[in-house]
Amino acid sequence: MYFVNRLIFAIPLLLLISALAFALVHLAPGGPFDRERSPASPEIERNIRAKYHLDEPVWKQYLRYLGDLAHGDFGVSLKYRNQTVNDIIAQGLPVSLTLGGLAFCFAMAVGLPVGFITAARRGRWEDLAGSFFAILLVCIPAFVVAPVLILIFSIKLQWLPVALWETPCHMILPPIALGLFFAGKIARIFREGMLGAAQSEFVTAARAKGLAEHTLLLRHAVRIGILPVVSYAGPMLADLLTGSFVIESIFQIPGIGVFLVNSSLNRDYTVVVGLSLLYAMLLIGMNLMVDFAYTMLDPRVKYE
Amino acid sequence: MAISERAPEFFSRARFVFCIAICLLISGCAPHEPRADITIVNNGEPETLDPALLTGIPEMRIVIGLFEGLARLDPKTAQPIPGLAQSWEISPDGKIYTFHLRTNLVWSTGGPITADDVVYSWIRTLNPATASDYAGQLYYVKNAEDFNAGKIKDPSLVGVRALDKFTVRIELNGPTLFFIDICAMPLADIVPRQTIEKFGDRWLMARPLPVSGPYELAYWKLNDKVRLKKNPRYWDATNTQSGVIDILPMGSPSTSFDLYEQGAVDIIWDREVVPAELLDVLMKRPDFHPFDYLATYWVSINVTRKPFDDPRVRKALALAVDRERIVKKITRGGERPISHLVPDGTANYTSPDGLDYNPVLARKILAEAGYPGGKGFPRFEYIFNGSSGGGVKIHEDIAVELQQMWRDTLGIQMDLRAVEWKVWLSSTAHLDYDIGRGDWIGDYDDANTFLALFQGNDGNNRTGWKNSKYDSLINEGNAQTDLKKREELFQQAESMLVRDELPIIPLYIYAGADCYHTNISGIYKNILDDHPLNYIRRVNSK
Repeated sequence: MYFVNRLIFAIPLLLLISALAFALVHLAPGGPFDRERSPASPEIERNIRAKYHLDEPVWKQYLRYLGDLAHGDFGVSLKYRNQTVNDIIAQGLPVSLTLGGLAFCFAMAVGLPVGFITAARRGRWEDLAGSFFAILLVCIPAFVVAPVLILIFSIKLQWLPVALWETPCHMILPPIALGLFFAGKIARIFREGMLGAAQSEFVTAARAKGLAEHTLLLRHAVRIGILPVVSYAGPMLADLLTGSFVIESIFQIPGIGVFLVNSSLNRDYTVVVGLSLLYAMLLIGMNLMVDFAYTMLDPRVKYE
Repeated sequence: MAISERAPEFFSRARFVFCIAICLLISGCAPHEPRADITIVNNGEPETLDPALLTGIPEMRIVIGLFEGLARLDPKTAQPIPGLAQSWEISPDGKIYTFHLRTNLVWSTGGPITADDVVYSWIRTLNPATASDYAGQLYYVKNAEDFNAGKIKDPSLVGVRALDKFTVRIELNGPTLFFIDICAMPLADIVPRQTIEKFGDRWLMARPLPVSGPYELAYWKLNDKVRLKKNPRYWDATNTQSGVIDILPMGSPSTSFDLYEQGAVDIIWDREVVPAELLDVLMKRPDFHPFDYLATYWVSINVTRKPFDDPRVRKALALAVDRERIVKKITRGGERPISHLVPDGTANYTSPDGLDYNPVLARKILAEAGYPGGKGFPRFEYIFNGSSGGGVKIHEDIAVELQQMWRDTLGIQMDLRAVEWKVWLSSTAHLDYDIGRGDWIGDYDDANTFLALFQGNDGNNRTGWKNSKYDSLINEGNAQTDLKKREELFQQAESMLVRDELPIIPLYIYAGADCYHTNISGIYKNILDDHPLNYIRRVNSK
């Protein structure tokens, strides 16, 4: 019931987000059709603006946009005039989803074990080395990591391709470059979660009852320790799935991350609002899944 | 606690994640297709492939492969040569052009290309509903401007007519010596009427797409690649050298250069996608081909704002600029510094000299204007599009250099303002700035493409400068059929622009560079950097 309520509540939220995105992008100076070469006559400029309804008041354009949206039509891109926003999403989203999904798996596969070991061996050399490594990953930005990885693995060793997104070989470096930061983050968050869980009363009680340490940690404490990771993982996945602008630019990957950024620079109104809505939907969906996961993991959590 | 005891739990979780990863990897597999004969890096995703709507170079590079007009450009000289028309006659007064189409023309999907298609395409470009940004280039045709502005509704009044199945008659307002160059521009390409009438704005999504040029569109994957394959029905198909060409949109110079070095890409034909930091080294390599480009970089001055409304102030600024320093220290790509507007090497024209670097004279003139030693001169801003907002870093570097030059020589203080691309366009178009950068890439190989910019009513004049004498000199020049007389009139106008009035301070001629491996041939150096795709081929097959 709770989840149904959440889903219903999502609709006015998305409407609000679309209105905000619409208003903000129209407020920015400059328009989609400002170019280096100005139109040959005022008539042409008038015609372009009329064709895309840019001469109407903003609220009217917004209502028109909502009307199209009700039919699932996100509109035509104002910069790439032969492509619709649906085209852009249909071509770019699967790529970004793959990239984001792989990065997520990589981040989990590296972050969780590192977080666990640094928590279990707190204060010892494993903790110091692991924590240092995790903090390093968080501090170094992707646009430094990616070229370094390319330099080592593509140029010097020539094991992997430099860029593009064609074969499975192309899909190794970009998710790693994207996921390393999040791996570090997850390691740190998981460590904190585990340390907190290890202090809780039920763990102390179980230890007093004589339960072996490894069962204690792996089967009991983990279910509570992983909760902060789950909270973080939801929005993180939404972020990853909409593509990373930096990674997609460096590796020339045809995802939607590039569109997300460039559309605002191009004042491509329809793409900005469309992609903002897409991101909002993903985020709402992910947060809902996080809440669901909570009920599965923590028996103390119940929703009406 | 022993690590081996924890192992089973850990590994089962790791196995789970690993399996998901493999599934994702497999799902991301696209069927691997054979590599194209030639792979080219293009500077950005094409906004459109509609010849009437395109305005940018990345678009043009692809469209010249897909569609052709009455004329096309020679790959070596960039001069117009017969395209879909095999010959033409010009009347003695220079106003009537009669084109004779080849009789064997067919669309790539079948069906003949006739004079009616030519008329349809030209009228479509001029139709205000099409909203073509470049339609102004056709205003030399009788009634074209009025039709485009909506003053005339009947397209048959426009001076483009089909006399019979293979003859097109075009009537101009006056003699226009570069008219054939305009016929070779994409806006005059012949486009498929039935497809456009059937699909409207989405006509480029029709597959197969009927084309009139040497290549067909195999597919167009957004932000990924455009694949072209040879059109066997093109009239000159026997001379089309490569079967399949891939054109990749690249944003990042380092990525495109990495791909080039790895051999995944054969040609990079835009200097903006070559890392600027490596230019010194690259210039010496045999696969790097610099050329003089028909494009000028200048400083634009808003003459409607004080104190820049005083020509003496503008002269002083111009005299204080050391162009040699800029091209040697900042741009470093072999650019040629100039003090005039029209690039050297433009056909049928030699520019007069502008004002060269003379700091002593600069100070003197500034003092005459009322600001001795820069005293009392207001602080002003230099606006440019910064590298984060979609510009290249060079604008910023040049701005810093100018700031220093003017401070050291004239004692005036300039602030720098980096803005987004769209904001730069908007501010300069609305004259909401003091001084800024400016440039122009010529549309055709004639001085008019630059000089016409500064006529009072030209929308590309971002300086607010108007001078009726200048306007009449340009118009008179264009009405001439005598090349020498035309050149003289143009020189007078340009002299006024770059010696006396100075709404702009020209800095240098762009130097482009084409990068291609030594086993690629068919690319020739020309001033328009125009490279028809059907001549490009790989010399030694792998």
